[in-house]
Amino acid sequence: MADYLMIESRDPFDSSDVANFLALAEGLSKAGNKVTLFLVQNGVLPARHGARSAPLAVLAANGVEVLADSFSLSERGISANRLIPGIKAAPLDLVVDRLAAGCRALWH
Amino acid sequence: MKGKKTLTFLLMDAPFENARTTTALRLIDIAARRGYDINVFAYEGAVYLPFAAQKQHANAVHGHDVVQEDHPLPREWVEAVVLEAAKNGGRVDWVNCGLCVDERGAVDAVAGVRRGSPADFWKMATASDNTLVIATK
Repeated sequence: MADYLMIESRDPFDSSDVANFLALAEGLSKAGNKVTLFLVQNGVLPARHGARSAPLAVLAANGVEVLADSFSLSERGISANRLIPGIKAAPLDLVVDRLAAGCRALWH
Repeated sequence: MKGKKTLTFLLMDAPFENARTTTALRLIDIAARRGYDINVFAYEGAVYLPFAAQKQHANAVHGHDVVQEDHPLPREWVEAVVLEAAKNGGRVDWVNCGLCVDERGAVDAVAGVRRGSPADFWKMATASDNTLVIATK
């Protein structure tokens, strides 16, 4: 069992391969690993209600910690109360925390 | 420093093109403020991030002169994180891929940047607590 930090910078409207990255997160979690999915840049767009957010909701409900960069949210005018249940806003510092802790980090 | 960490970042994007550059420099800045030792391997277009000849420009469309426009320059961000890390007891070892530099004529870089090869990235990653590769799309 390992700790994974998966950083999603793309949104599903622009990049169809976001689905593959989320599938990888689901697979790693189901295999017993601790997985954090950190959304940044346009990756935060589907964290809103009704914005192709269903796959993220499923991940969050199945043990993946899903976080959205608070700066990226602010840049796009998305307030924390518009996020779907299971997704929390977090500062980018958390990524550095996890890197320093030795998480296996993947950027997409 | 107790608990001091060493992180390595590999960057590939050229400046002025993608938000990945901003996010990468944000991450490096956070690590610099903590006094971490930071390695950066700049590959392909990223060797232009510390390019010394970057200049601000006016924006005639918006009616701004150079001062009003205050266009951000990545070379200044690179210089800032180098200084910030040093101020906090850390350091930034920024290596520009030499072949990438030659291909692009991006020879003149700001202080604190040295020339290297992908072998340096391997050495950096091997000696670090962690490595993050921010690949271009």
